[in-house]
Amino acid sequence: MNRFARRINIPLLATAVVLVVLFGTASVLYDGFFSLRVIANLFADNAVLGIASVGMTFVILSGGIDLSIGSAIAFTTVLVATLITGHHWHPVPAMLVALAAGTLFGLGQGFLIQRFELPAFLVTLGGMFFARGMAFVVNAESVGINNPFYDAVLNVRLPIGGRAALPATALIFLAAFVVAVFVAHFTTYGRNTFALGGNPDSARLMGLPVGRTQIAVYAVNGFCSALAGIVATFYTGSGNPAMGSGLELDAIAAVVIGGTLLTGGVGSVEGTLLGVLIFGTIQSALVFDGRLNSWWLRIAIGLLLLLFILLQKAITSRATARSTT
Amino acid sequence: MSDSEKKIRGWFGGGRLLWPVLSLAALLLFNLIFAPSFFHFEIKDGHLYGTLVDILNQGSKVMLLSLGMTLVIASGGVDLSVGSLMAVAAATGALLVTKTSLPFGIVVPACLALCGLFGAFNGLMVTALRIQPIIATLILMVTGRGIAMLLTGGQVITFERASYVYVGNGHLFGLPFTTTIVLVTLVATLWITRRTAVGLFLEATGDNETASRFCGVPTARIKVLVYAFSGVCAGIAGLIASSNIKAADANRVGEMMELDAIFAVVVGGTALTGGRFTLVGSMIGALLIQTLTTTMYNLGMPPAIAPVPKAIVIVAACLLQSAKFRDALRGLLPRRATT
Repeated sequence: MNRFARRINIPLLATAVVLVVLFGTASVLYDGFFSLRVIANLFADNAVLGIASVGMTFVILSGGIDLSIGSAIAFTTVLVATLITGHHWHPVPAMLVALAAGTLFGLGQGFLIQRFELPAFLVTLGGMFFARGMAFVVNAESVGINNPFYDAVLNVRLPIGGRAALPATALIFLAAFVVAVFVAHFTTYGRNTFALGGNPDSARLMGLPVGRTQIAVYAVNGFCSALAGIVATFYTGSGNPAMGSGLELDAIAAVVIGGTLLTGGVGSVEGTLLGVLIFGTIQSALVFDGRLNSWWLRIAIGLLLLLFILLQKAITSRATARSTT
Repeated sequence: MSDSEKKIRGWFGGGRLLWPVLSLAALLLFNLIFAPSFFHFEIKDGHLYGTLVDILNQGSKVMLLSLGMTLVIASGGVDLSVGSLMAVAAATGALLVTKTSLPFGIVVPACLALCGLFGAFNGLMVTALRIQPIIATLILMVTGRGIAMLLTGGQVITFERASYVYVGNGHLFGLPFTTTIVLVTLVATLWITRRTAVGLFLEATGDNETASRFCGVPTARIKVLVYAFSGVCAGIAGLIASSNIKAADANRVGEMMELDAIFAVVVGGTALTGGRFTLVGSMIGALLIQTLTTTMYNLGMPPAIAPVPKAIVIVAACLLQSAKFRDALRGLLPRRATT
């Protein structure tokens, strides 16, 4: 048990160290970086990526992958915006419809993957094309949202000291994170997901509902994408069918940097949160600097990905070497 | 199965090419009925023009990418970095042509060698470090576009060099020059994989890596080789893409094209699980995507909606390859009376 705990915690610890070092370096280099406001913005600016990454964590833990989330987010934003602005719906039913649509979309993908044993990579690639196209079918252009309900939600701010405050988007992100941590650690569904990713055959022989869990993982991820899409409408005040292109790769990067093994079975939602914050810290530092351009973000993320994968390799190979001797 | 039936299956690569060829034929038939101008040809200044020629020309990039991708997938991997490598090739090519006076005959091998090196780097990560191919190539997919932007300084670099412009816009034998590039690359790849042991080794590696290694197949070397080849193919496609618009836009060149290439390979009948592959199938798959896209443009569908039919085709292709789905279908059909 002790050894098992250590195996999970070393990557998590490494991620935390990288986050502290990055944040510390940026605080030394740039005036005003070390402030509650920057920290609050870190959560607010990365709420969409964060919620998407939380859902992605479960998919990767189960040993799968989902490439459709960027498109699913775009579809949700444009659906919600069109229902509210074009059809004068109240935002709440519009959001419920969007959440149901997202869940159903994920459910469909999960069904294809589980029932016909299709590769998740290809099915969700199809899902990515499908959702992106459907977003443009709903509305080919960006739709603005002007609604009293939205204004009310945007006025919700939780002060965290000083003049810093967490906006509603950050609060939704944190709530999703807390629920995900609870699900991962304290529910049967969470444990089944870990078991499925660790070894599907063993899980089946143990009598766990492997098929149901696998489909549920994709349905939950569809729900998370829709939730991320709704948060995106709050964040941008509009729906845009071109939004979120490439976001699935950022989410996968955040999950991997957070210490979740891509082979499934090992990892944590807490690590993913740290991964998203690392992503956000690099982005904020680039904004603070002003001289460095956005492509440095891509290069930095790529190098971090490489670093963490090598670290994971080193840890797992040492663990297997120890267990065989 | 009768002899003649076997023969027909043989023509279609043992049934693998049957579905892609049928889909392409159905799509062309649809156009023949509803948009006869699709088959209209015109000869201007000794060059052939027409929708079908356009499809060959526009589809050339995905065809090239899918050549490399087929071999990578046959080895049991996948290469997500090709779109970004296209951007690297375009950026390097445009820089060398505008900032230096190097002859174009040196610029091309330089760009291709650079992309080949990046590809070999992918291969080393997969073999030496045993990183899953999706993730190993994801690193370069994310970083590669950043490197390309770094090279160009985030600017769109335009160029006028006639030889570079010819690559994507010139004509040879009355057809777009890109068609010649694709044909030459295809024939060379076919020759190497079907007339030498490389193809056999590759299929063995993809089918069962451990067994092949114990049989003396240099699996690691084969894998590095196919990733490097995929990089070179991406380099050629990147040069064509930048030549088409006489500019290198590092942010947009080859965006999402890795997915089109994977799509072409899978629709063409090569399974993602590795092993047996068909290069001709991938070519037909790439042509199928391009014909689908062009057909939809001709029907006046907005380009943004084009992904939807693509999604349906890819899921259908997956289902047709799935043994479980075939069993389920068989269960639905009325059982034939046994005699």
